[in-house]
Amino acid sequence: MNPDLVILLTAVLVSTASALLGSFLVLRRMALVSDAISHAVLPGIVLAYWLSGGKATLPALLGAAGSGLLTVSLVEWLTRTGRVKNDAAIGIVFPALFSLGVLWVSLSFRNVHLDLDAVLYGEIAYAPFNTLELWGLSLPESWLVMGGLALLNLLFVLLFYKELKLSTFDPSLAAALGFSPGVLHYALMALVSLTTVGAFQSVGAILIVAFLIIPPATAYLLTHRLPALLSLAVGIGVFSSLLGYLLAVWMDASIAGMMATVAGGCFVLASLFSPTQGYLTTRLRRRQQRLEVTARLLVTHLAHHQTPVPEEEIREEFGWDARFLQQVKQKALREGWLEASEQGLTPSSKK
Amino acid sequence: MNPPPLEILDLTVIYREKPVLWDVDLAIPEGRLCAIVGPNGAGKSTLIKAALGMVPKASGRVRFFGQPLELSRKRIAYVPQRTSVDWDFPTHVLDVVMMGLYGRLGWFRRPGREEREAAMEALRQVALSDLAHRQISELSGGQQQRVFLARALVQNADLYFMDEPFAGVDAVTEEAILRVLEGLKAQGKTVVVVHHDLQTVRDYFDHLTLLNVQVIASGPMETTFTPHNLERTYGKQPLLELEGWAKPEQAWNS
Repeated sequence: MNPDLVILLTAVLVSTASALLGSFLVLRRMALVSDAISHAVLPGIVLAYWLSGGKATLPALLGAAGSGLLTVSLVEWLTRTGRVKNDAAIGIVFPALFSLGVLWVSLSFRNVHLDLDAVLYGEIAYAPFNTLELWGLSLPESWLVMGGLALLNLLFVLLFYKELKLSTFDPSLAAALGFSPGVLHYALMALVSLTTVGAFQSVGAILIVAFLIIPPATAYLLTHRLPALLSLAVGIGVFSSLLGYLLAVWMDASIAGMMATVAGGCFVLASLFSPTQGYLTTRLRRRQQRLEVTARLLVTHLAHHQTPVPEEEIREEFGWDARFLQQVKQKALREGWLEASEQGLTPSSKK
Repeated sequence: MNPPPLEILDLTVIYREKPVLWDVDLAIPEGRLCAIVGPNGAGKSTLIKAALGMVPKASGRVRFFGQPLELSRKRIAYVPQRTSVDWDFPTHVLDVVMMGLYGRLGWFRRPGREEREAAMEALRQVALSDLAHRQISELSGGQQQRVFLARALVQNADLYFMDEPFAGVDAVTEEAILRVLEGLKAQGKTVVVVHHDLQTVRDYFDHLTLLNVQVIASGPMETTFTPHNLERTYGKQPLLELEGWAKPEQAWNS
């Protein structure tokens, strides 16, 4: 099968599966938890390897889901004791579990090929080489794993859309109405763990966070509607994967690294140019508003004078520098509020 | 005689070795506007949350219309403090109000036209129909409060709990909440409101519970709102100079 196609579709599936769940993580202010889970699943994978005696995918997924849930429970338990805050609890739990995994690998599996680099960084370029025979077809394993996970996540979000929305916005109302925010919460965490592990081989433990968090965080800057946010997040994730792959091939660079970089680029663009919340767009809008108000102020002031007022005098009275006065003057002239003559400025006679 | 809408027996809530509520016994009569009043840290919000199972109880039994909570959820609506949620959540006013109907819909079923109309009607009652499609991050504090109120109204409950609905709201919102309270009373509903303004409590409510970790007094406003009871609740504060007793301008306002 065409290796480009295998890699591209794998990437599209990874970004779709991730963006769907990541949107809820971002809205629940749990973005950091995905980082924790992505590291803390290691002991679960090692345990699964130890029990099953091989690198089979299904035990690894189950082991990872288990340790993902363990991570979340430990973080919540530590937070509830009130001795540390939530961020510190995350910072305590995931290095503890991750180092447990690292130690276990280094002590028990010295002679086995359980490559830590592969876990941390992943390598999507190997996706075409892992194939499974199914229905007489030789299909890439990554398609089956990530396709299954993308479908599972999509079903989860579609079926429980209303419940997820409610328990994300107002967990106590969700509880009061008889929904179980706790069950949904752990289901979401289990899916995040599964998706993280499923994506390990493709993008690795560190970059999966980029796929989970950056596209939703970018979409959050661009829309105020949840359905739009979810679709935009998936769109941005898929776009980053496709463009990232093209750039990586062109520059002969790490594929997953380039995909995450493109996603980061999308975020930067959105944070600068988002119509509602972009840094540059808001600055521009504020500047326009300020100019307009100041121009009105100038015109009102001039209306009190019987004769045209020289610009020099205006600058002195308002304490403006020459450049700002010119900007205000131009604005007022454009709006037709002002007339300029040799003697100075007068309000427009039309108004 | 019908069992009371809310009956609490021997309720104790402990937070890290410190009792927040101590052996609370309380019965709220049907069809009244009931205020729960007390100083800061008296456990007013905790009382509601513990009754609704949102805070673990060290001991105690709570009955709604003679039934345990699980069997009475559909008859109860709760208006939390408006700061309890993140108003930057990507949704609009109507959608938040419709969330009140999710309980009736149950799992999986999506809200449809019927739910939308019910939510619009609730928004009309709190004078917010113009803002139905407004992004919720653009609302003022008073408007947020009214959205929460509409979300409770749409549940068409028999017993309403409201946690400080009057805290820091504008005059329009205060007016709207009062109108809603009157409407609920006219329909024979029971409303329990955590309130902190002793100035207004007599005008707005007809039943009073004075709370300071323990229930100090509970009963009809006329017989419960007495200098003696208030002093036992708040300690010897200048609160006894409330309007009708002494200088109104110095009245104690927790």
